[in-house]
Amino acid sequence: MLTDAVTTPGEQRIAQAFAQAPGRAALMPYLMGGFPDPATSLRIAQAYVDGGADLIELGMPFSDPIADGPVIQAAAGRALAAGTGVEDVFAIARAISPQVPVVLMTYANLVLARGADRFAADAAAAGASGLIVPDVPLEEAPALQAACAAAGIALVPLVAPTTTDERLARIGALAQGFLYTVSVTGTTGERAALSDEFAQIVGRAGGATSAPVALGFGIATPEQASAAADAGADGVIIGSRLVREAADAADPVAAVEELVRSFAGALR
Amino acid sequence: MSAKVTVQHRFGAYGGQYVPETLMPALLELEAAWIDAWADTEFRARLDALLRDYAGRPTALYLAERMSEIAGRPIWLKREDLLHTGAHKLNNALGQGLLAVRMGKRRIIAETGAGQHGVGTATACALLGLECVVYMGAEDMRRQLPNVQRMELLGAEVRAVEAGTRTLKEATSEAIRDWVTNVETTHYIIGSAIGPAPYPSIVRDLQRVIGDEAREQILAATGRLPARVVACVGGGSNAIGTFAAFVDDPGVRLLGVEAAGEGLDSGRHGAPLTVGGRPGVLHGALIALLQTDEGQVIEAHSVSAGLDYPGAGPEHAHLRDSGRATYTAVTDLDALRAVRDVARLEGIIPALETAHALHVVLREADTSDMDLVCLSGRGDKDLAEVMRRLPEC
Repeated sequence: MLTDAVTTPGEQRIAQAFAQAPGRAALMPYLMGGFPDPATSLRIAQAYVDGGADLIELGMPFSDPIADGPVIQAAAGRALAAGTGVEDVFAIARAISPQVPVVLMTYANLVLARGADRFAADAAAAGASGLIVPDVPLEEAPALQAACAAAGIALVPLVAPTTTDERLARIGALAQGFLYTVSVTGTTGERAALSDEFAQIVGRAGGATSAPVALGFGIATPEQASAAADAGADGVIIGSRLVREAADAADPVAAVEELVRSFAGALR
Repeated sequence: MSAKVTVQHRFGAYGGQYVPETLMPALLELEAAWIDAWADTEFRARLDALLRDYAGRPTALYLAERMSEIAGRPIWLKREDLLHTGAHKLNNALGQGLLAVRMGKRRIIAETGAGQHGVGTATACALLGLECVVYMGAEDMRRQLPNVQRMELLGAEVRAVEAGTRTLKEATSEAIRDWVTNVETTHYIIGSAIGPAPYPSIVRDLQRVIGDEAREQILAATGRLPARVVACVGGGSNAIGTFAAFVDDPGVRLLGVEAAGEGLDSGRHGAPLTVGGRPGVLHGALIALLQTDEGQVIEAHSVSAGLDYPGAGPEHAHLRDSGRATYTAVTDLDALRAVRDVARLEGIIPALETAHALHVVLREADTSDMDLVCLSGRGDKDLAEVMRRLPEC
C-alpha cells in the first residue's frame, strides 16, 4: 500500500484506515442507509463501529439497483418505503464519520439527479471519504472523477472476474482509496462458498494497483473473510449477510454487532 | 438496406454505458461482433433470407380506406401485425439470435412486457436451437396470458418477476441481473431501443427494415412521401425503426405516441418524452425518464403492457430535443376505443400499444395530407383485457 499517490483528504483517511487496521485485512461492513428505517439504521451503523468495523460502506437506496441481489434490493425497497431520502443517508454519514471513514455507495441516477459536483460536495460535507457507484464504469467515470477530486473524496472503482488485463491495468492506475474487487461474476448476495475465481481476481487486482484491494460480493462467513485475507485481500466487505441479519433478527442492532465482532475476530 | 455500420454511444447527451464493470467486457465484445456481422454480406444474406422466407417480409403497406375517410386524409398502415409471431419484435430477435450464434453464446435471456418480444425471442431460439429464458412481470403475465403460453409452447422458460409493480421495468432489471451472473455464456436480447451502447444502435438497425420497406412501398404506391410518420413509443423500437428511414427527409414529420395512461395530470402514465423533465439513468443508459427530484424512478402506468415503462430510448430523447421528432400521448380509454374502431372499420385487431398511434391518426385533427402509421402488432394477446375494459369506453 503506497501512500505517496494519495492526493485528497478522503483518500488519505481511507489509506490510514487500511494501514492501521488491527486485523490481517480491514473490515468494511455494508449498511443500507435507512433500512429498516433511518433511526434504526443509524443504530446499526454504530453497532458496526462497536463491533470492530475499520471502515463503513454506507448504501444510499435506489429504486432499481441492478448490481444487487435480492437481499439488498429488498432492503432498498423498504428503506425507500420508510421515506429515506438522500439527506437521511448523509445524516448517517455525518454521525458515523467522526469514528470511522465512511464510503458511500449508490447508483448513477441519484448522483446525476443532484449533479455530480454538488453530490460529491454534499457527500464530502457530510463527512464521507469516498464514493462507490457500481453503474459508472471506467467509460463514464471522468466527470464524476473530477467532481470527487474537487470535493476531496475518493472515487472507488470496481473490477470483476470478467475484467480483462488491459482494463484492469487502466482501472487499477486510476483507483483512489481502494480497488473494490468483486469476488464473483454476479450480483451482491451470499454464496455457500467463495468462487474458484476469487483468489485469482485478488491476485490480479493487487498486481494492477498501488491502492489497497478490498474484496466484496458473496462473503458471508468469518471463514470466507479469513480466506480472503489469506489470499491477499487488504480489505473485506460484508454486505448481504449483515443486511439479512438486520432484516431477520429480533434485536437487529445487537445481532449485527455480534456478527461484525465475529468477522473482526476471524481477521485477527 | 443501409450498408453503413455505426454504433453510436451517445445520441446528443443521451445514451452511454451505465452498467456494472462485470458487463463492460461483454458490451465491448458485442459491439465488435455486431460491427463485424453487420458488414458481413453472408450474415446479412442469412438474416434477409430468414426475414423473407420464415418471417414473411416484406410486410404489406395497406391503404386503410375507411379510416382515411373518417380522418379526411389517406392513412397507410405498415402491417407489422402480419409478420410471423404478430409483431415487429421478431425483426430484432432473429437478428440478435443469429448474432448470438455467431458469438458462440448458446443461452439467451430477454425481458418482455406485452410478451411480443418474449414470443419473438422464444421463436428465434426455437429456430436456432438456443436455450431461452424470458423475464416477465407477474402482472404482465396475467394480462398477456396467451403470450406466456406461446413462449412456453416454444420451449422457453418464463420467469415471473414479483418486484415493484411487477411489470416491464422490473423484468428488465431482473434480466440484467441474470446477465451480470451468466455473462460468459449468455447473450441478452434487449427488445427495445434502450439499454447501454451498443444496444440502441443494434435494435434500430435491425428494426430499420420497417421504415426502409415502407418508404419504398409508399413511393411506389403514391409517388410521394407521407406528410407524417406515426408510431407508438414504449422503449421505442418500432418507432425508431420506422423513423430511421425518414429522418433525412425534411418534409416528413415524425410523431411518436406514448401512453398517457389515466391522464398526464394523474401521474399514472408512461409518457416521459411528452412530459419532458430531466433525463435519467435507467437500465444502462441516460434516457428520457420518469423520476423524482432525488432520482428515484417513478413507476409507469399503461393499459398496454408494452408501453408500461418509465423510460424512452436515448435516440428518441435526442430526436425530441433536436426538434426532428415530436411526441404526444394517448390515454388508456382512447387506446381501447381505437382497438374497437380499427377492428370494425378495417377488420384489423391491433395491439393495444399500436392503438395509441392509431387513435392519433383517426381522431385528432392535423394538417397532414397523408399519414403512414406503423401497425406494430396484432391484438390477439389483448383480447381478455380489451373485453374487460371496453364497457368503460
